[in-house]
Amino acid sequence: MSDARDTAVIKNDPLPGMVEKKGSSLWLTHVLMLIGIFFVFFPIWLAFVASTVTQEAIVTPPMPLLPGDHFLENYKRALFSGVNVPVSTMLLNSLVMAMGIAIGKIIISLLSAFAIVYFRFPGKSLFFWMIFITLMLPVEVRIVPTYEVVAGFGLLNSYSGLIFPLIASATATFLFRQFFMTIPDELAEAARVDGARPMRFFMDIVVPMSRTNIAALFVILFIYGWNQYLWPLLITTEPDMNTIVMGIKQMFPSGDDTADWPVIMATSILAMIPPVIVVVSMQKLFVSGLVDSEK
Amino acid sequence: MEKRVTFNGWLLPLCLIFPQILISAVFFFYPAGQAIWQSLFIPDPFGLSTQFVGLDNFEYLLSDKFYRASFVTTAIFSSLVTIVSMVPALFLAVLADRLIKGAGTYRTLLIWPYAVAPAIAGVLWLFMFNTRVGVVSWYLGQLGYDWNHVLNETEAMGLVVVSSAWGRISYNFLFFYAALQAVPRSVIEAAAIDGARFWRRFFTIVLPLLSPTTFFLLVVNIVYAFFETFGVIHTITSGGPQQATTILVYKVFKDGFVGQDLGSSAAQSVILLVVVGTLTVLQFKFVEKKVHY
Repeated sequence: MSDARDTAVIKNDPLPGMVEKKGSSLWLTHVLMLIGIFFVFFPIWLAFVASTVTQEAIVTPPMPLLPGDHFLENYKRALFSGVNVPVSTMLLNSLVMAMGIAIGKIIISLLSAFAIVYFRFPGKSLFFWMIFITLMLPVEVRIVPTYEVVAGFGLLNSYSGLIFPLIASATATFLFRQFFMTIPDELAEAARVDGARPMRFFMDIVVPMSRTNIAALFVILFIYGWNQYLWPLLITTEPDMNTIVMGIKQMFPSGDDTADWPVIMATSILAMIPPVIVVVSMQKLFVSGLVDSEK
Repeated sequence: MEKRVTFNGWLLPLCLIFPQILISAVFFFYPAGQAIWQSLFIPDPFGLSTQFVGLDNFEYLLSDKFYRASFVTTAIFSSLVTIVSMVPALFLAVLADRLIKGAGTYRTLLIWPYAVAPAIAGVLWLFMFNTRVGVVSWYLGQLGYDWNHVLNETEAMGLVVVSSAWGRISYNFLFFYAALQAVPRSVIEAAAIDGARFWRRFFTIVLPLLSPTTFFLLVVNIVYAFFETFGVIHTITSGGPQQATTILVYKVFKDGFVGQDLGSSAAQSVILLVVVGTLTVLQFKFVEKKVHY
């Protein structure tokens, strides 16, 4: 497992060696790279352009490929009136859901990983396997019964209903367990000699030492929570509780009416901004966390 | 899996592990048990009582031509998504690996689509290929090609494949790039001294060294295509035209929530449990042993 971490941090020798290309071939590499990035980026660019022009400009194809001057107007309309519900409401719901899932998962996983690594107690291996098996049960394969459980608790159209069923996951627990195993035994020994209670050791040593892992996991879990689609679709029947990712589909009219494209595209852009900011600003952490946690 | 130094007591660790076990029990084990239980029954037409039918639901499913078609659709869909997301990612990673200047900037730009939710990706691609306003479909029309994924099954499949694979290119790129950076420079230089050109070095040295990453990504991308592409399918095609893009997960949703056929939907969930279980075990096998040459 540890070599997965190495792959993320090892950088090539920065001195140009004999296998580096120079001159025209180097330019070719840059050009190919830019072409690749163009294709990868084009859908996002087009959505941005569509969010800055009028509906007329879009419905009379071909639509322009450069931004227009209706940026403020479209975004204002999306944020404060939307189609069924203002997009600002959906953004807030998404934020609560993503933060709830990320923070909740991190807390329960830290606690259970600490119990598994630092204690011996009856039923431990049973619990360990119970957690392990949850790896195999994505929400998509148990939607109907899980829906019934949540409905039975009266949690439809509530934040708790959005968050709790997605909060238990083995991935975070395993990542923390793996990291706790690398904490030197001497620290726990010293803590015991000093008469520190286990929770004191947990709060003063384990949690601070895990902060890099916590941050990396936060990025991954935030995006996981933000990008949920099927679950919110099932349990939020009131537009007021829609999250932005699932709400976009609801903005398309049924039947033959033309969709309000500028507002829908502005909403798409708004829906991707928070996760993109999180990913790009915490890129280093996120990359090592991703390569670590999934390998 | 255990520390040499442990703390005493059993009440505290039980309290610590309790939240996770509680949530797993309520939202994982109970529903999964329910799915298995329900898969053995069929409700009467009025939903008043249920009748035990044993494995009839499974038998019916496996003989149902729509369900079998959905299996085939899922197989085609996930193979295509895996290929379309991995090949360009490897290509871009090889390019980025050859660059010393600018690689960081390119990486930042390439990470973006990873953060875009599958459902949003669906909306973006739907917009480009929309039959009335889409830019790409309009230009295709100018070239004499009449794009219509609403009616044409192949085009619908192509569109959901590309939309699903798009965000995964970023993800796979990151892994390939990290793996390429870890290939020992000395090996490459030794081959270069022996006169091996770039492509020869790539196919005989680099690609075999990447095989652990490649196998890992294969499994992860198949899992993704199976279970996380619901948003793409729902936004773009809703499983149509006909059943052309109804993958297994979409069918569970459609039969369970739209069709209200709970017995069949539960049986489908159980089959999916088996599939995802197998894939998870496979993934762990590969991760543990890795593939070495």
